[in-house]
Amino acid sequence: MNEIVLKKMLSPEIKLYKIRSPLIAKKRKAGQFVVVRLDQKGERFPLTIADSDPREGTITLVVQEVGMTTKKMGLLKEGDVLWDVVGPLGKPTETEKFGTVVCIGGGVGNAVVYPIAKAMKAAGNRVISIIGARTKGLLILEEENRAVSDEIHVTTDDGSYGKHGFVTDELAGLLKDGLQVDLVVAIGPAIMMKAVCDLTKSHNIRTIVSLNSIMVDGTGMCGACRVEVGGKTRFACVDGPEFDGHQVDFDLLVARLRMYLPEEKRAMEAFEEEVGERLTKQAASDSSAGEDHG
Amino acid sequence: MAEKKKLSLKREPMPRQDPKLRAHNFSEVALGYSPEQAIKEAARCLTCKKPRCVPGCPVEVDIPGFIRWIQEGDFAKAVQTIKATNCLPAVCGRVCPQEDQCEKLCVLAKKGAPVAIGRLERFVADYEAQQGCCVQVPKEVPSTGKRVAVVGAGPSGLTVAGDLAKLGHSVTIFEALHEPGGVLVYGIPEFRLPKAIVQREVDFVKSLGAELKTSFVIGHLQTVDELMDGEYDAVYLGNGAGLPYFMNIPGENLNGVYSANEFLTRSNLMRAYKFPEYDTPIKVGRKVAVVGGGNVAMDSCRTALRLGSEEVLCVYRRSRVELPARQEEIENAEEEGVQFKLLNNPVRILGDDEGWVTGMECIRMELGEPDESGRRRPVPVKGSEFIMDVDQVIVAIGQGANPLVASTTPGLEINKWGYIVADSTTGATSRKGVYAGGDIVTGAATVILAMGAGRDAARAIDAYLREQKGC
Repeated sequence: MNEIVLKKMLSPEIKLYKIRSPLIAKKRKAGQFVVVRLDQKGERFPLTIADSDPREGTITLVVQEVGMTTKKMGLLKEGDVLWDVVGPLGKPTETEKFGTVVCIGGGVGNAVVYPIAKAMKAAGNRVISIIGARTKGLLILEEENRAVSDEIHVTTDDGSYGKHGFVTDELAGLLKDGLQVDLVVAIGPAIMMKAVCDLTKSHNIRTIVSLNSIMVDGTGMCGACRVEVGGKTRFACVDGPEFDGHQVDFDLLVARLRMYLPEEKRAMEAFEEEVGERLTKQAASDSSAGEDHG
Repeated sequence: MAEKKKLSLKREPMPRQDPKLRAHNFSEVALGYSPEQAIKEAARCLTCKKPRCVPGCPVEVDIPGFIRWIQEGDFAKAVQTIKATNCLPAVCGRVCPQEDQCEKLCVLAKKGAPVAIGRLERFVADYEAQQGCCVQVPKEVPSTGKRVAVVGAGPSGLTVAGDLAKLGHSVTIFEALHEPGGVLVYGIPEFRLPKAIVQREVDFVKSLGAELKTSFVIGHLQTVDELMDGEYDAVYLGNGAGLPYFMNIPGENLNGVYSANEFLTRSNLMRAYKFPEYDTPIKVGRKVAVVGGGNVAMDSCRTALRLGSEEVLCVYRRSRVELPARQEEIENAEEEGVQFKLLNNPVRILGDDEGWVTGMECIRMELGEPDESGRRRPVPVKGSEFIMDVDQVIVAIGQGANPLVASTTPGLEINKWGYIVADSTTGATSRKGVYAGGDIVTGAATVILAMGAGRDAARAIDAYLREQKGC
């Protein structure tokens, strides 16, 4: 259980893991997440389930290395085991036949939007995907998203691949050309989701976003993940993670995501020191091993 | 003559860590009796023929029975006597409100001070742990071939699991968190209930044959129906109260505002007090307001002090006599330096441009006519608003039902607050073969009441299973 059966680098900052977790693989639906703990002293952190294979009993997680814990995860190898994986958590995406659904992903959000696009397609929708990244090297899951979309548009902020610009620019262009859209699903950095929502609000298009709040238990018990939606406090873990984007207070989301920045920095420094020592030791033992052989 | 000696009115005091020291460490506050102290205290018990204390115990521990063994110096027999009806004596000896239960009814209570039943229970449980194993695990009973799923490894679930395993049923406990114990590990701090003790009690339940599955969320990974349709003949729901209440005042989502659940879970379950050795961070305010007056509020206040906060204020809207926390915990908190800001009610929390708490506006209260709870209703004093200078707020005003199990179990009756409706003597719910007890039925209450409900339900489940064919 919880063994890493496949690890793949998608970009310098983003890795894909297939984890053996047969029950979750069988149960999970698009939009749901797991809470993971790497080791006995580890923190609990949520990761959206990007895909699953019930037959082989695996779930796919795509992780951007943004802090100490995700970097620590990046050091794990195939065959290593995650200490705890609990899920599937959160409400699944409402997937029904809406008509034309535009699925927008930004950065690691392309991995989160992928299962939703796949489910939307399976539900009989016409799926138009817009995926973006800062630069070509950071663009992930293009082929996967392409495979479940009727049409796909790719953007990079620096113009190194696809269209030069933001995903919102692409959406604005499509709307300007008269595309009739029944639903938009936008997943990525808060600032991107906010920009998409501002645009779709002016066009009166229902927009779903998935919020990546800080969580501890992930089952509604602690309230760490609270967000404001339509002026009301909601828990992203049990009431979400998906909400009506036009009602979300993104400024609050951004402020709350910054809550532990000083602690994260401290943890990162301690971790780098430890890893540095470990690597030095390993290098030393490698070189002494080399001498033995020599 | 002997009788006269027994009627000593003075209880043997509990040795405790010095308040100045303990306010800065997470080691246990109460240190426990020595064997001499235990024998001395036990000698005060009249071992009444018709004990009044026993009916005061939700799990019906044979109190005079176990105290008699202490009087004779046979601590092993004493703990065996308790464990016949209570799987978790080291826990109960520490966190039960004995002053409202067994000790309240002790005949000596009227004459001065009741026998310190809780302290004695704790003593023998700890004695057992120190000695290794003086308690025999009950003889293996023939398996009934019946399987029971227990949802939640808190006090209630552990009790049901232990009792049913003893009766020969095959039990699996499903726990959502990564560690068993429920509120005993995420809620109650180390300095009041060391985690090692909870682990010991869990190990005892496992030694009786119960299987434990952690990180397993019933309602998501499997539903109650799937359990019942699959390999289980009965299900017990002891998943606890869950969703923390907030005050619904402006500013409550600012950075620096915690629910007590989150604050305590970070510190206790996730060991954030050992950050960065442990990875989970926790914010340490300079000046902290804890809103509420129950045991959870006291735990939060005392945890904040130990984490290094300079000042900790307990903000409660009624007066001292209405504080719902145990007297002992209020005294402990006060000794350690917690300041009580009574008859104050928060109105809004103030923040800076970055979204961090900078203060809390309160209004002074006075007590009016009694409300439906019989307590005098706090009424705001017009125009008495003032700003409390704090940079962290912990909201400890209770919690509501977690809807996850109920919402995924068709036909399971719930009340208007979302709690599961269950028979008060058997725990039977509206669904055949599904029983429930503890906080998910009563709303947030005590560990021992949850255990009592577990005990009753175990009896009813056993009877139910024996009525079924093939048992």
